[in-house]
Amino acid sequence: MKDRVQLLHTAKQLNYKTFSRKNILEKLQTAIAFCLLIISIIPITFILVYVLIKGGTQLSIDIITQLPEPPGDDLLSAGGIGNSIIGTIIVTTIASVISVPIGIGGGIYLAEYSSGGLFSRFIRFGTNVLAGVPSIIAGVFIYGIIVSTKLIYGSNYSALAGSLALSILMLPTIIKTTDEGLKLVSDDLRRGALGIGASKFITITRITLPAAFSTIATGILLSVARAAGETAPLIFTALFSFYWPQGNEILLEPIASLSVLIYNFALEPYEAQNELAWAASFILVMMLLALNIIARRIGKLTMDNKSN
Amino acid sequence: MIKENPLPKKIKRQNSSLILENVSISYQQNLAVRNVFLKIPKKRVTALIGPSGCGKSTVLRSINRMNDLIVGCSLKGRVLFEGTDIYSPKIDPVEVRRRIGMVFQQPNPFPKSIYENIAFGAKINGFNGDMDFLVEESLRKAAVWEECKDKLNESGYSLSGGQQQRLCIARTIAVKPDVILMDEPCSALDPISTLKIEETIHELKKNFTIIIVTHNMQQALRVSDYTAFFNAEKDEDNMGGKVGYLVEFNLTKEIFNSPVQALTKDYVTGKFG
Ligand SMILES: Nc1ncnc2c1ncn2[C@@H]1O[C@H](COP(=O)(O)OP(=O)(O)OP(=O)(O)O)[C@@H](O)[C@H]1O
Ligand SMILES: [Mg+2]
Repeated sequence: MKDRVQLLHTAKQLNYKTFSRKNILEKLQTAIAFCLLIISIIPITFILVYVLIKGGTQLSIDIITQLPEPPGDDLLSAGGIGNSIIGTIIVTTIASVISVPIGIGGGIYLAEYSSGGLFSRFIRFGTNVLAGVPSIIAGVFIYGIIVSTKLIYGSNYSALAGSLALSILMLPTIIKTTDEGLKLVSDDLRRGALGIGASKFITITRITLPAAFSTIATGILLSVARAAGETAPLIFTALFSFYWPQGNEILLEPIASLSVLIYNFALEPYEAQNELAWAASFILVMMLLALNIIARRIGKLTMDNKSN
Repeated sequence: MIKENPLPKKIKRQNSSLILENVSISYQQNLAVRNVFLKIPKKRVTALIGPSGCGKSTVLRSINRMNDLIVGCSLKGRVLFEGTDIYSPKIDPVEVRRRIGMVFQQPNPFPKSIYENIAFGAKINGFNGDMDFLVEESLRKAAVWEECKDKLNESGYSLSGGQQQRLCIARTIAVKPDVILMDEPCSALDPISTLKIEETIHELKKNFTIIIVTHNMQQALRVSDYTAFFNAEKDEDNMGGKVGYLVEFNLTKEIFNSPVQALTKDYVTGKFG
């Protein structure tokens, strides 16, 4: 009998007490966190919706396929952003071609070969600093050593210079994600490969790198997305162009890009040019969104592979 | 008090696959194991037993130069494999590890298909025969073919822990080493998987020299022909740290039934460890 009473008593203690100090505090905390979350996503949502409405309504086949017209030529139409879309794709592709192999190589060195000595700590520190450098510095740097000196075949403003500036921005992110992605790979896996007579090189290329693929690919795509949206480094290097990129010296001539078009046209006093800038913003946001979605997909893809 | 050299006289030099001559291994400045003399017989199972921290894993890793991967680990003495000193400067450690394969405590299949897990090692070692046959043969020898044959293209992770461990054994067999080292291969497994792996080891003995580290005395008794018992003692020269050493090495049944050293007897009867 006494046992039963005891039991009932403990059962009561387990009941949820709505007004206990602990539970009220708990609810308060949840509410505060929720409010802060709402406040933080308002600006993002607002920007996205605004760009989608302002830019999306401008969209037409002509805008996507035509060349832009210099401000003031035609007060009713500013032409299209066809060459800017292609320019952005070319410049970021070349920037990736330059920075991805170098960045992955650097990351592999840090994670797999360095023994954590002074040199590698210096490189890691340098990478972190580089990652935080304002993008305009990359532009001015390339302007200083390549554009103003006409270092590459005597051309000054060029697509290649723009790509180099962007690749400087991408490099730290790629090195870091490779380094960290590889460090996440379990040492058991490396030992397993070495234990059946794989050389270090084969272990890295055939086992460790593939195991880190999703992390690295995600990092690369995000850095591409960041580079594709940059304006400052391109103003000093790739400049802008009102023509299609063509001929066999595409890379040595100035090239158009969406971000620089936005920068140039948004500030013009002409309505038509302003609207074109909005259309370009819309396309750019869509491209970045697509890159981000692909990055997430890749991340998920390999995660699923591992768990089953 | 110390009785005479515990090396069994029965193992002849030419019948031994590996010979450890006065091997001492240190991590940085700290001596971990000292003065080990061992003759590992060919095509037999040799068990390494002893209390935790006595250096079993350290000795095992020194046999296929896995210790090279640990910064600051150094070895004195000689490790002879088929008469060749594997620590001589002209030796390629990658080649040593191909001839002396290793199975680890945690199953560590590659994040690839079951088929690829087996084929990988063979491919990188220049195998160009019938791969399908090799995969089946290796899986059969590791007693995991039945569980795998219908899902060769599925990920190695789709197997249970015990099956994964046998997959790792199969992967090691596929490169056709002479020696297989196993560091507590059953410690992460249930009793049934453990028994399966022990059966596998019995099978493998026909073709391979096997060295197995185990904490499980019954297991040593069940699977091994020879047993080496290690212990650790306080070492005054070593800043009071513990140093492992070989206490006794003999036929397993001798070690368990009539050990020479009192220490061995205490250990195998469970008085310490
Ligand atoms: N990577 C390492 N770095 C430094 N010291 C180590 C390292 N690995 C082992 N040691 C030291 O060497 C000694 C022997 O360790 P080892 O792992 O060989 O023991 P063990 O007999 O395998 O023990 P267990 O049964 O717990 O696995 C221990 O004192 C340990 O601290
Ligand atoms: Mg161990």
